[in-house]
Amino acid sequence: MEITLRVNGDERTLPVDPRTSLLDLLRERLGLTGSKKGCDHGQCGACTVLLEGRRVNACLLLAVACDGLAVTTVEGLAGDGALHPLQEAFIAHDAFQCGYCTPGQLCSAAGMLAERGPSAVTEDLAAEPGLTAGEIRERMSGNLCRCGAYQGIVAAIAEVAR
Amino acid sequence: MKPFEYTRAGAAAGAVALFRPGDMYLGGGTNLVDLMRLGVAEPERLVDVSRLPLDRVEADGDGLRVGAAVRNSDLGAHPLVLARYPMLARAVLSGASGQIRNMATVGGNLLQRTRCPYFQDVSKPCNKRLRGSGCPAIPGDHAHLAVLGHSPACVATHPSDMAVALAALDARVHVTGPAGSREVPMPGLHRLPGDEPDRDTVLEPGELITAVALPPPPPGRATYRKVRERASFAFALVSVAAALDVGADGTVAGVRLALGGVAHAPWRATRAEAALLGAPAGEEAFARAAEAELEQAVPLPRNAYKVPLARNLIVQTLRELTP
Repeated sequence: MEITLRVNGDERTLPVDPRTSLLDLLRERLGLTGSKKGCDHGQCGACTVLLEGRRVNACLLLAVACDGLAVTTVEGLAGDGALHPLQEAFIAHDAFQCGYCTPGQLCSAAGMLAERGPSAVTEDLAAEPGLTAGEIRERMSGNLCRCGAYQGIVAAIAEVAR
Repeated sequence: MKPFEYTRAGAAAGAVALFRPGDMYLGGGTNLVDLMRLGVAEPERLVDVSRLPLDRVEADGDGLRVGAAVRNSDLGAHPLVLARYPMLARAVLSGASGQIRNMATVGGNLLQRTRCPYFQDVSKPCNKRLRGSGCPAIPGDHAHLAVLGHSPACVATHPSDMAVALAALDARVHVTGPAGSREVPMPGLHRLPGDEPDRDTVLEPGELITAVALPPPPPGRATYRKVRERASFAFALVSVAAALDVGADGTVAGVRLALGGVAHAPWRATRAEAALLGAPAGEEAFARAAEAELEQAVPLPRNAYKVPLARNLIVQTLRELTP
């Protein structure tokens, strides 16, 4: 089947087998290897990209189901030669060690910062919650870091959220 | 993954007209795509219903109508859900991760399959995958599985948090199919396993969930509490959806209780509700009600912990809701 995606601002039309995940299409057909394959089951978050501006697990999406939609990968976060503020903050706070989960952490954090409403740890559903460390940890729980760089990740996201 | 065809439907009626034996409807795909990768689901064709115009949350008098294609994240953040149905909001927000809630639909959440390890492993027998092949969970790893309503054929649990709240709220599931449209009450959509554990729900082939209708919220205070093995992004060991209305005389004027993580379906605790109505709201009545419900439990050797866990969670949640 032929599909068209807008990937990091560029329109890409290509034939795909319906079995192809969005992640495999990005990595193996479009050469965008920033998005990582960790578990391939939606449990680790290494494949997180933004679909129509919302964070999703690219490993659980069929590429054919994304026809006509806009995808932003970690390669598209930075603009005009300048790093995204989250990328700057991750460097400043040592928010990674091996770096394998980092593209997913960055895309997830970018999506998360645009989200509104309470989380599972918000006490008062009626108030717009501030992004405390506890809120950040809950909202980022779909992204695992086997190196355990969570302290730096939380600090980096908190800095950008301020 | 076994090869399959893919087509996208433009309207609910069109999706039903397209549907033929061997097809499956595709919502957010967060469970189905994974099951296809594992070889557990092998549809000949996917009929994508995720972009149907069923993506609105609307007031229906003092109730609510939620389209089947509404994303879990949009449901959990909707002002009407937060204001009227805190129990439902908390249930939805406690499920999965931010990414998965952005993808998962209301219809797909209801129809997700069990996470029983044997169901997801095609190298093992499983009566839910292949009726009559056996249940290795009963002599094996059933630590996360059912203590209520299970059968010698299947001890799987239904994994949804949202469905537990819907069962407590008397929701009605709107369905359209080859034989026309109908409403299925919650609880009532999900079956107990009996000797047909391959059938999760009462839906017939080709039937499609189009919406969930909520009657006006029950009076009093309501919440959802979930106990799991880590603080976030894990399925419930036991969860409780509860609403409690205490009258001026201190007795229980209204109560809703449903349990998750304990059965093949969201478990409406009708015995506990009956024991509580009219009783003085307090520790003693809460404990007696929990006992009345859990008397029916038939725990297995490795999941007996769920019985006291459920009892304590019921008591603690009702205490929290008592003014």
